[in-house]
Amino acid sequence: MKQKTHPLHPDISEDMWGKIDKIIASGKGIPGSLISVLRESQEVVGYLPSELINHISHGLVLPTSQVFGVATFYSFFSLTPKGRHTIRVCTGTACYVKGIKEAIGRIHGTYGIKEGETTEDRKFSLEGVRCLGACGLAPVMIVDKDIYGQVTSDKVINILEKYE
Amino acid sequence: MNKIRTQLMLCGGTGCDSTGSEKVRQALVREIERQGLADEVEIVVTGCNGFCAVGPVMVVQPEGIFYQKIQPEDAPELVEEHFLKGRPVKRLFYKEPASKDIIPRMDDIPFFASQMFRAMRNKGLIDPEVIDEYIARDGYFALAKALNEMTPDNIIEEMMASGLRGRGGAGFPAGMKWKFAKQAEGDKKFVLCNADEGDPGAFMDRSLLESDPHAILEGMTIAAKAINAHKGYIYCRSEYPLAIKRLGIAIAQAKDYGLLGEDILGSGFNFDIEVYQGAGAFVCGEETALMRSIEGKRGMPRPRPPFPAHKGLWEKPTILNNVETLVNVPQIILKGGEWYASVGTEKSKGTKVFALSGDVANIGLVEIPMGTTLRTLVYDIGGGVPNKRKFKAVQLGGPSGGCVPEEYLDTPIDYEEIVKVGAIMGSGGAIVMDNHTCMVDMARYFMDFIQDESCGKCTPCREGTKQMLEILEAICKGKGQSGDIERLETLAHVIRRTSLCGLGQTAPNPVLSTLRYFRDEYEAHIEEKRCPAKICPDLVKFEVDPELCKRCGLCHKGCPADAIIWKKKQVAVIDKEKCIKCMSCYARCPFDAIF
Repeated sequence: MKQKTHPLHPDISEDMWGKIDKIIASGKGIPGSLISVLRESQEVVGYLPSELINHISHGLVLPTSQVFGVATFYSFFSLTPKGRHTIRVCTGTACYVKGIKEAIGRIHGTYGIKEGETTEDRKFSLEGVRCLGACGLAPVMIVDKDIYGQVTSDKVINILEKYE
Repeated sequence: MNKIRTQLMLCGGTGCDSTGSEKVRQALVREIERQGLADEVEIVVTGCNGFCAVGPVMVVQPEGIFYQKIQPEDAPELVEEHFLKGRPVKRLFYKEPASKDIIPRMDDIPFFASQMFRAMRNKGLIDPEVIDEYIARDGYFALAKALNEMTPDNIIEEMMASGLRGRGGAGFPAGMKWKFAKQAEGDKKFVLCNADEGDPGAFMDRSLLESDPHAILEGMTIAAKAINAHKGYIYCRSEYPLAIKRLGIAIAQAKDYGLLGEDILGSGFNFDIEVYQGAGAFVCGEETALMRSIEGKRGMPRPRPPFPAHKGLWEKPTILNNVETLVNVPQIILKGGEWYASVGTEKSKGTKVFALSGDVANIGLVEIPMGTTLRTLVYDIGGGVPNKRKFKAVQLGGPSGGCVPEEYLDTPIDYEEIVKVGAIMGSGGAIVMDNHTCMVDMARYFMDFIQDESCGKCTPCREGTKQMLEILEAICKGKGQSGDIERLETLAHVIRRTSLCGLGQTAPNPVLSTLRYFRDEYEAHIEEKRCPAKICPDLVKFEVDPELCKRCGLCHKGCPADAIIWKKKQVAVIDKEKCIKCMSCYARCPFDAIF
């Protein structure tokens, strides 16, 4: 059997590399599989460090430039580490009209992070999402997988304080 | 054999789910068992009911009683009073906001009464995860007809007769698109479903995917037969996990029943569908960009022609239809194109689903015949503007659309008529805005969106929208200069004419439409350094008008910076040193006393 070598990376364990190799093997030779391989790999590690991108491009036999190009094009992919909890604030029109801007301002004021940033203790990452399609609940915020509707700037910090 | 006498249609759409419908379900199950009614009362978790604003909602069948805002604690009372003793619980009924009338039956609620359900015909009536329930509503009958009794030309003829136009926004006749793809030469052809609903404020596709996934599969398979394709993809946003899950279940069930895959219904026709998850790029809603994305590349559009009907996915003839378009297909095949065309205006046939949201009393999904006026949509169905505020505009068509002011509310909903008043039909997002909305800020918001989502391939879109955004930001900050309006107009026209794809070509629309109807607001910002709606923080003084202040202290309570000095029965005072301009006091004041 061919011996595989993995680059060393502090955020990727041997176990994770094993999973990633399986993902790459399942996408190899299938046209258009790159985006799903990147997505599944990001689910394993939490983000896409450049070593991982190199490994994927090697595994799928695609130019590294193409893999980087795709990873940087879509907002779903992140090349930097994420916090333990991801706050996704909806910045769709209904949420905007109903005051999500004030809620985002409050998060910025309390935790010092803007959209796309992570707190220094890696507790929270803040992301802006272009419409979650739950306009009936506007303004909407999702923390990890919990959906919160009608978040006012007053409520937002109370909600976030529940997360460790 | 159980004798089910009552069915509880509990909404499990994203809106109700996030307000706790799953907990309500569990509580109801416990109570139903405790009261020994498990053989008589059944709970069906349905897709989105449409009336998202009052969730979690539940409809009790066969009477059609509508319960709103149900909490798990309500379960014992509901089960004992209504399902055991037959006395419906009045306090959970719908209350008409204006008249305070209590309306027990769903069909009598004005929000539902003016609607006509075609695309949403199964909403709230079936469990989307059970294929038998779809079949019981005539599901897959159209497919059987199309495969066994019709030629591809027959199918296309019915589609042409229906007059169905693409519900994604552009309104190209669906039958025509299919005809071109059928005529195109190619060893392989593809049918794609555009479920990349990126327009902010539109959620009808998500709702249809979640509540009626089989209708999409059926529509796609009929399209495949019409053009002789054997492979299809549903390009769905990863932001819609419930939709992706339900599509997966539906595909597996359809294959299991022989309604998808090899030799469908013994007709010898093969067709397979795969769900392809998008990765968050608005531009991927554009057809050529979407195809690039399925190929695993950056989702960048390319010039047309060649059109996808000739060279689409992997350079093969391809048709791409939006979710709402495809959902209508089975009924057109089953009931005929004439039947579909019997409703609507001369050039816009059938119904259209709108996602009504923003500053309107009844938020939710609405399906109405083409030709209905915007006023009916906003006032009769939407219930008008709440909180005693005034209607200002309704925004249609997302970043490619525009705002329609009060004086054009009698415009009928029709592709051409809506364009005449400076907006577009779009995918059907309708966001109502009240007098607390600054139209310059809205234009800035949309330009920020477009600037962020531009793929960057062509210069007018990449650089031009950036220029426009910078000008709008300056105006909102009180740094607008004379000549800015003209500069915006020049840029808008150049970008519109020279951009490569629809995203860039329509990007200036929100600016042009707000300039058309609300030019005075731009002028107030630039010349008087004043924001008439008092929304732009840099132009708000953050002072309290002692005449208007009712000394209630709400502003003081909500201030995160302790910048408001207030004592009982005294006018509030804002300490400008401490104020962080977060707008919290302004948003809370019910008397507009802060300026």
